[in-house]
Amino acid sequence: MLYREAGQFKTSYAADMAIFPIRQDRIALILLLLFAFVGIPLLANFQLWPLGSDYMLRAILIPFLILSLAAIGVNILVGYCGQISLGSGAFMAIGAYSAYKFGSGVHIPLEFLGTEISIPPLPLFASVMLGGLMSAIVGILFGIPSLRIKGLYLAVATLAAQFFFDWVFLRVKWFTNYAPSGSVAAPDLHFFGYLVHSPIERYLLCLAFVTVFALIAKNLVRGNIGRQWMAIRDMDIAAELMGIRPLYAKLTAFAVSSFIVGVAGALWAFVYLGAWEPLAFNIDRSLQLLFMVIIGGLGSILGSFLGAAFILILPIMLDQVPHALGIPVSVETVSHLVFIVTGALICYLLIVEPHGFARLWSIAKEKLRLWPFPY
Amino acid sequence: MKADVQERPEVAGAAHAGSDREIGDVVLSVENVSLAFGGVKAISDVSFDIRKGEIRAIIGPNGAGKTSMLNVINGFYHPNQGTITFKGRKRSVMRPYIAASQGISRTFQNLALFKGMSTLDNIMAGRALKMRRGLLWQALHWGPALSEEIKHREAVEKIIDFLEIQHIRKAPVGKLPYGLQKRVELGRALAMEPELLLLDEPMAGMNLEEKKDMSRYILTVNDQLGTTVALIEHDMGVVMDISDRVVVLEYGRKIADGTPDEVQRDQRVIDAYLGISH
Ligand SMILES: Nc1ncnc2c1ncn2[C@@H]1O[C@H](COP(=O)(O)OP(=O)(O)OP(=O)(O)O)[C@@H](O)[C@H]1O
Ligand SMILES: [Mg+2]
Repeated sequence: MLYREAGQFKTSYAADMAIFPIRQDRIALILLLLFAFVGIPLLANFQLWPLGSDYMLRAILIPFLILSLAAIGVNILVGYCGQISLGSGAFMAIGAYSAYKFGSGVHIPLEFLGTEISIPPLPLFASVMLGGLMSAIVGILFGIPSLRIKGLYLAVATLAAQFFFDWVFLRVKWFTNYAPSGSVAAPDLHFFGYLVHSPIERYLLCLAFVTVFALIAKNLVRGNIGRQWMAIRDMDIAAELMGIRPLYAKLTAFAVSSFIVGVAGALWAFVYLGAWEPLAFNIDRSLQLLFMVIIGGLGSILGSFLGAAFILILPIMLDQVPHALGIPVSVETVSHLVFIVTGALICYLLIVEPHGFARLWSIAKEKLRLWPFPY
Repeated sequence: MKADVQERPEVAGAAHAGSDREIGDVVLSVENVSLAFGGVKAISDVSFDIRKGEIRAIIGPNGAGKTSMLNVINGFYHPNQGTITFKGRKRSVMRPYIAASQGISRTFQNLALFKGMSTLDNIMAGRALKMRRGLLWQALHWGPALSEEIKHREAVEKIIDFLEIQHIRKAPVGKLPYGLQKRVELGRALAMEPELLLLDEPMAGMNLEEKKDMSRYILTVNDQLGTTVALIEHDMGVVMDISDRVVVLEYGRKIADGTPDEVQRDQRVIDAYLGISH
């Protein structure tokens, strides 16, 4: 048996608390990271399968990475802290437009004071992080109602945020620097002196962001604040009587979640889309992120990746598999099939296995963890 | 029920024997507390106190207001009248956060565990108030945040050993048997290192073996850590064995207060328990 915990005795709590306490997990992760950081660039460089063309990078890997990042953010709020949100798309938009404004220079005329606030264009990295920060601030503001309202009512409040920001970015021309079409284009991606341009460079940029933020998210959820989030999710009254302050726990969850979603939004706009309009971040995006988290696994960082992969790959599979089998399927049928499969799967998971793919994975691991002993 | 009466004395005897427990001054006193829900008077003008280091039982028939009293003490319910004095500070209402940070912790009549978390995480959550490192350190999981985590993990492992739940350390608590869940909940309350531990029917629904274990844990905590315990329990045998003083509630009123012997001989208590109408 290759994968097991039995026989690996930990000599310290530090070892047991390591991010992946089981050796095989660590090895698998290192191999995966090596493949992602070294293997894929090599394949792309020598134009080997499946990276013979840019399609794989541009249409699959880059959106997969960015949406995984956004899903991690959504999962912190929804999966770990139990606060449902239908407004994730809006927070991606806030990240994207804030980064755009900081990247192109912020000018706020204050005519009645005879002056203006003027910030020169900031470097890309700073703009993206400030995009996250703005999103976090707005997230905190919209998190305040969560202290009073729960469940469906909170979902409706976050939905209101979604529509409000759709409207703001469409109508308030200041955010789009008065572009007549309402569509804006990202600046060139200068990152610490490098111009990030080719698909593989864009991919590596996204990979770096996702790796760092996934690590940060994992650290938070396995530490004190993560336990507070989950305590609030599972039994808020007991948590409060133990001295966990709902205000602090919920607002930190909103802040961290919105920050990550905001950064993902900025990357989505700058690195994936290049040029975009408010429609890119509408309610469909919010729902898509929520579905990723439910399918991948509520309360699981790994699940965020699995869910993003599934939602992205499903339409491609439904399109290509019938083609390969020689069955003609129209584009419309494919999009209907996507809805049917996604919907059915969500119903199934919500009823049978609320922790999604990640849970199925960990059940399998749980069995192996103790192997060869039955308990 | 006769059978367990025979068994019980050895439980209590074994734990309290040879210890030099000291009952100190009053640590908590409740004065003239009344609490109503709409028309329902859950508590009417009840006063009693709890002394440092004692095991204080609160008993009474169903709906007598026992759970409500614990909820008043740790600030989940706010009484309409009366005061709560804890460690010399008199308050008309307690707040959950203040109660927790001042050293009051509790278990619940209907389990209130964090179902999606492991045993270890549930008990670690009991130390949330003691962990002070900020978000940025936690995001790095390194340096001070890591050493803090290890320090508290060590304390929690001691509790896990004490309660003999090592084998379920990593198991999600939602799927554990009832008796074990009760034990994890006690562990979570102990992780707060309380001065006053409120236990709401810790042995309800347990078999004799589990009750004995639970009594032993309570007595050991009381003996060795000097933790003051307020205990709601329906099993009279257990109550009479392990408690120092008993307060009896009925229909929200206090009808007796004293040592187990005194209370047992009190006519009103006998009537209340035999269900004789007044
Ligand atoms: N949150 C509440 N809202 C309305 N009524 C309540 C509430 N909590 C308690 N009560 C009422 O207050 C009275 C006392 O309830 P309490 O739970 O304190 O009794 P108890 O002594 O703990 O009973 P048991 O032995 O059944 O646990 C009951 O009549 C109950 O219905
Ligand atoms: Mg009760």
